[in-house]
Parts: sequence; C-alpha cells; structure tokens
Amino acid sequence: MSAHDELQHAHDDGHGHDDLGIHATFGGYMTGFVLAVVLTVIPFWLVMGHVIAKSSTAAVVILALAAVQIVVHMIYFLHMNAKSEGGWNMLALVFTIVLVVITLSGSIWIMYHLNSNMMPSMMDPANLP
Amino acid sequence: MLAHPDLTKLIFGRLTLDALPLHVPIVLGTFAVVALGGLVLLGAITYFKLWGYLWREWFTSIDHKKIGIMYMILGFVMLLRGFADAIMMRAQQAISFGDNAGYLPPEHYDQIFTAHGVIMIFFVAMPMVTGMMNFVMPLQIGARDVAFPFLNNFSFWMTVAGAMLVMASLFIGEFARTGWLAYPPLSDIASSPDAGVDYYIWALQIAGVGTLLSGINLLVTIVKMRAPGMTLMKMPVFTWTALCTNVLIVAAFPVLTAVLALLALDRYAGTNFFTTELGGNAMMYVNLIWIWGHPEVYILVLPVFGIFSEVTATFSRKPLFGYTSMVYATVVITVLSYLVWLHHFFTMGSGASVNSFFGITTMIISIPTGAKIFNWLFTMYRGRVEFEVPMMWTVAFMVTFVIGGMTGVLLAVPPADFSLHNSLFLIAHFHNVIIGGVLFGLFAGITYWFPKAFGFKLDPFWGKCAFWFWVVGFYFAFMPLYLLGLMGVTRRLSHFTDPALQIWFQLAAFGALLILLGIACMIIQFAVSIRRREALRDVTGDPWNGRTLEWSTSSPPPKYNFAFTPLVHDHDAWWMMKKYHYRRPLDGFVPIHMPMNTGAGIILAGLSFVFGFAMIWYMWPLAIVSFAGILVVAIAHTFNYHRDYYLSADEVRRVEASRTELLASHV
Repeated sequence: MSAHDELQHAHDDGHGHDDLGIHATFGGYMTGFVLAVVLTVIPFWLVMGHVIAKSSTAAVVILALAAVQIVVHMIYFLHMNAKSEGGWNMLALVFTIVLVVITLSGSIWIMYHLNSNMMPSMMDPANLP
Repeated sequence: MLAHPDLTKLIFGRLTLDALPLHVPIVLGTFAVVALGGLVLLGAITYFKLWGYLWREWFTSIDHKKIGIMYMILGFVMLLRGFADAIMMRAQQAISFGDNAGYLPPEHYDQIFTAHGVIMIFFVAMPMVTGMMNFVMPLQIGARDVAFPFLNNFSFWMTVAGAMLVMASLFIGEFARTGWLAYPPLSDIASSPDAGVDYYIWALQIAGVGTLLSGINLLVTIVKMRAPGMTLMKMPVFTWTALCTNVLIVAAFPVLTAVLALLALDRYAGTNFFTTELGGNAMMYVNLIWIWGHPEVYILVLPVFGIFSEVTATFSRKPLFGYTSMVYATVVITVLSYLVWLHHFFTMGSGASVNSFFGITTMIISIPTGAKIFNWLFTMYRGRVEFEVPMMWTVAFMVTFVIGGMTGVLLAVPPADFSLHNSLFLIAHFHNVIIGGVLFGLFAGITYWFPKAFGFKLDPFWGKCAFWFWVVGFYFAFMPLYLLGLMGVTRRLSHFTDPALQIWFQLAAFGALLILLGIACMIIQFAVSIRRREALRDVTGDPWNGRTLEWSTSSPPPKYNFAFTPLVHDHDAWWMMKKYHYRRPLDGFVPIHMPMNTGAGIILAGLSFVFGFAMIWYMWPLAIVSFAGILVVAIAHTFNYHRDYYLSADEVRRVEASRTELLASHV
C-alpha cells in the first residue's frame, strides 16, 4: 500500500477506536464487570438458597439471566452497538441469531416428531391404538 | 516390523502390512501406475531443478492469484480421480447383470461410490469454487490481496492435506463404505470397525479448517477492502455471490465440524450420541449433517451464478439485466437455504406437518433461482451475443439447469419424494444441477479468466470439442438414470437381476465415455494452448472487452494488482472507465506495502496430515508428537516479524513502463 494509504489507515485506525464509543473506558469496563458479577451471583444464590421451589421455574429464570448476561458482555466487552463497523456487527449479530434460532427450533421440532413417530416405544404393543 | 509386538503396536497402532492392498490386483495396478507417474513427476522436477522455484514462487506464496491457481489445479487433479471412480461405477453397472457379477466386489464398489461423492464435493467443487473466488474477487474489488494473506496460504494447504488423506486411503487401508455422508449406525464403530470412516472424518475435519478460515478471509476482504466508491450495490455480481457464499461457509461449516466431532467421539471415546443404545439417536446425525449439507449446495452454486452473470453480460455486450433483482435473489437464496434441510429426509418419518413446511420452503427457493434465469435470458435478449466458449457453457447451463431445477421441484413434493427417494431419479437430479450448474459454470469461468491468470487465451477449437463431448455425454449419462429411477431402481447397487434394465445402464456408460473424451479434450486444450501461447497472447489485459475491474490491469496482473487503487463510480466500473476514456497513470508511483512469503502454512498442513494419519491408525505417540508440533509451529509463526516489505516506487515504475511499452507495440 502506498504511503498515502498508510497515513489514511493510521487515521482510520484512530477513528476506529473512537467508534468504539463511550464503553471503551475504565468506567465502561467497570460497569460491565459489576453487571456481570451481579448477573452471576443471582443464579448462584437462586440455586444454593433454594429460593424458587419449582425447579423448572428456576431453570427458566436462570436461562433468562444468562441471556441478559450475553447482552451485557456484547455491549460492554465486545463494544457492540448499532453503529460499530458501519453497522456490519449488528447485521452479523442479527443474521447469527436468526440462523441459531432456525437451527435450534427446527431441530427440536423435527426431532420431537421423529421421536414420537419412529422411536421403539411406538412399536410397543401397549402404545398401539 | 519390530521383534517386540507391544512396541510395534504402540508405534504403528493398528496399521499392519495387511492394510496394504497386496492381494487386490486392481488397486495394486493403480498403485503401480500412480507411483510410477509420481516418480517421473518428482524426477522431472528434480532434473529441471524446479524445487526451489516451486517452493519460493508457489508453495510458500501468499499471493491470492497464485493460491487461486493452485486451488484450481488441486480441483482438476482431484476431478480426474473422482471421474475415475465414476467411470468404474458406470462400467460395473453396465455389465453386472444376472450371472455376471461384474469386475468389482461389493465392498470395493461401496468404497468407490463413497470416495466419488466425497472427492467430487469436497475436493473438486469446493477447491475450484474457492480458487475462483480467491483469484477473481480481490481483482474485481480493486484490492491488492485478501485481508489475511498468510491465512489464505494455510487454508489452501489444509485443503490439500485433506485431499492427500483421501488419496492415501486408496493404498493404505480402505476408505469408508458408508455413502458420502457416513450416516450412523452404519458409520459407528460397531458396524464399521476398520479405518475407512476414520479416513473420512479426519480428511473432512482437516480440509474443513481450511474451508472455514478461507471463508472468513474472503468475507473480511469483501467487507473491508473494496476500492473507494464501490458501495455494496456497485459490487460486481460475482463479488456479491462470493460474499453470500462466504457468509454461508462461515455459518454452515461449524455445524459439519461439530457433527463429525461427535461421530469421532462415538468412534474413539465410546460416547453414544448417534448409537442405537443408551439414548443415542442416529436420526439426530442426519438432521445435523443436512443443516450443513443444504447450505453447502448453495455454497457451490452461488459463485457459479456469479460467473454466469459476468459471462452473460460480457458476451452480450450489455449491462446485466436486473442487477438489483439479481442481488436480492442471491440474498434471499442465502437465507432460504437454511430453511429447507429436511427435504433430504422426508421419508425418515417426521410426519405430515413437518414435511409440508419443508416441502413448501423448498418450492419457494425456486422462485429467486428462476428470477436469475430470466435475468440472464433478458440480458441476452437484443444483446450482441458472441458465442465464445464461456458463453456456450452458459447457454448449455441455462438449458440443463432448468431441467435439473424442475426435477428438483418435483422431488420437493413429499408424496412424490416417498416414491423417488433413494432412487436413481435423485442421482440424476443432483448430477443434473451439480454438473449442469456448478461444473459447467466452473468451466465457463476457467475459460473466461484463464487469459487474466496466464496472459494467453485457451485454444477455442479444443475448448469447443470439450464442450460438445461434455454436454452430449452428460445427457447420455444421466437421462437414462431419470428413467431408471422412475422405474424404481435404487441407488448404490452393484448388481442387477432384471436384464431389461441393462440397455439403460449401457447408455449411461456410453455417456460417461463421452465425458471421458471431454476431459481428454480439456487436457489437450491446456497443452495446445501452452504450446501456441504466443499466437493466443493477450497483451491488452482485456481480451473479451470486459466490464469489471479485473480487466483494467495487465494479464497476468502484477504482484500488486493495481499500481493505484482505482476509484469506482458505478457498477461495471471498467466499462465506465473505458467509456470515459480512462488513461493509465504513467507517473507518480509510490512504494507499495506487500506481504512476505512464508512456509508456515505448508509446514502446519504437513503436520496436520501426519496428525490425521496417526489418529486414523491409532498411532497415539505420533499423534501426540505431531499435534504438539502443530502448536509449536503455530506459536513460533506468531514471532515471525518479517511479514511485509515495500516494493519500491522504481520497481513499480519499471513494471508499469514495460506494460506501457507492450500496449504501445500492439495498438
């Protein structure tokens, strides 16, 4: 690349760091860290203290907190926002989420039907209509 | 062998002399021919003292153009191997009727159809598509190289290492006998205890690393390194399809890696993911592998749609009809390709609701594909169409692919699929779209961009011979299979009892012979073109009167592709530059920052090959040592600080001046 391009790049790089926004600061990292700790301690407390009697409800709450934890990590540690990298990060994230949802929900749907139609229990005379 | 049996077992694992095919004359004969050919090749390289040249200029090169060419060579060599498998199957099926058992024993035949599928998809179509994107895409976006040049070299050699493992299985041990996707429970350790499936797993895992990394590399290149002014909607269509393909690669290949890793755990560590006991479920394997497998189909065909778009626009002397709709069709296909995977196993028993959903999504995907066909037709309409060889492949593609697409929609209807599933109708359908789509497109692309890569055109006479043999051969080879499939003949059979079917198999074998002639014509074409290169020389850099940026630089392009990064104002950038009487800059050159060659990629891939081989044969000490070696070399490479250099302004001026002279001498 030409020297001019190099200069351009250096400038771009500097600019790129600015793009990381207010979160790329000590305060931002601390906020993220504190939130992450809080979101880790709550599930720990829920499990150890047997706070919620019904285990399925507890599992749902913990999974929800895990999802929030993912968002915290992405915003404060990976510096995701709608504008970083000219919107490409957000686009990639949305695409990833769409594919993961398709893959997981599709597989669960398909496997549920396959299991109820094809697994040996179906062949069991007791289960026949 | 060593005297101490325990020590022998520790070092060689389960590899014994019995694994060598000393008792199978066909394989032994093949081995003799391959070994002799290899020795002659190696001897010639040594005699002409080419090792240093090959090492410095090619093997360690991180130039995207050379890596692209090496991918194409790998793909072509593996095409010969895959086609040898194909013609053996055709010959067996043509003669194996009634009392005649044919010349291939069943266990050998099973290896051949498995190897044929694996090689043709993973080591012919994938390298060729990747090579095409590697060579053309950076030139089209006005970049000097890909985003991560070393990674590119590493990816290529990992693909080679995977291909070498498949080739090794021919002579040491055996290949899988499971079909190209190795469904359990057949591929479980209980049913396939020998090394065949392990060859399959490790070859695909090692090559998969290369594919995934190259996908990331090309994706970043397109996102970050386009010439100024080239917004997304001004990118050439081939670059658009490359973008979508690499998105698909990055999203789909990890699924393949994961599912093969689970199968490997079942085989090596005694887990029960896909076994028939302890809660294992083989149907999950089928589900997961097709979540990768269907996008893979589009990974292969999307770039080829891009090639046809470039070729049609160039040889019709018109801008592509419906650029925007072409882009949206590509993007829609990218997303929809994740919503159809169940159509590969309608008959597994997921029931009416699931089957209807996936049947309908499959039919929907034919809409954007059909839109593309109309775009190409309307591009040709009222164009000044020149039937050069690439355009001939394109027209053959349009006719053939439409037939394949229609039989595909037919198969998308679940009730029809229940009677056609696993029949030769299915075989005919996917060969119809893969040969008629992917392969014809690659041949069009090779002919189209060959002058850009080497500085001279391919000889058109032998190109036309190859074209006619391939196209006619294709129809002879696969139309009988449609009929046989409708009559209920299933796939993967090595023997038949009904003599009434034989004539159709003989016709198909005749088609395969015609294709053999087509391949022979291609080899002759390369030889003749190299010999007549002065007559076929392209001095302008723009032999077809092209439209996109790759034609603005010389043929072959200089190391740095462009002395100055071009500015883009519209799509068909080079066409616009020509229209507005663009003048090449003759002065004011500046030093160019270039990446430096490195041998780390080929060394890492070599160690990966050893690691894979050791894992296949249970040679645990060797596996540990080679894996440690991979880590050490990879870490050591991070301390290599001699990664770049500056090509001086004088050097650039010298290269550009010699081009100016060349252009002036051929006005």
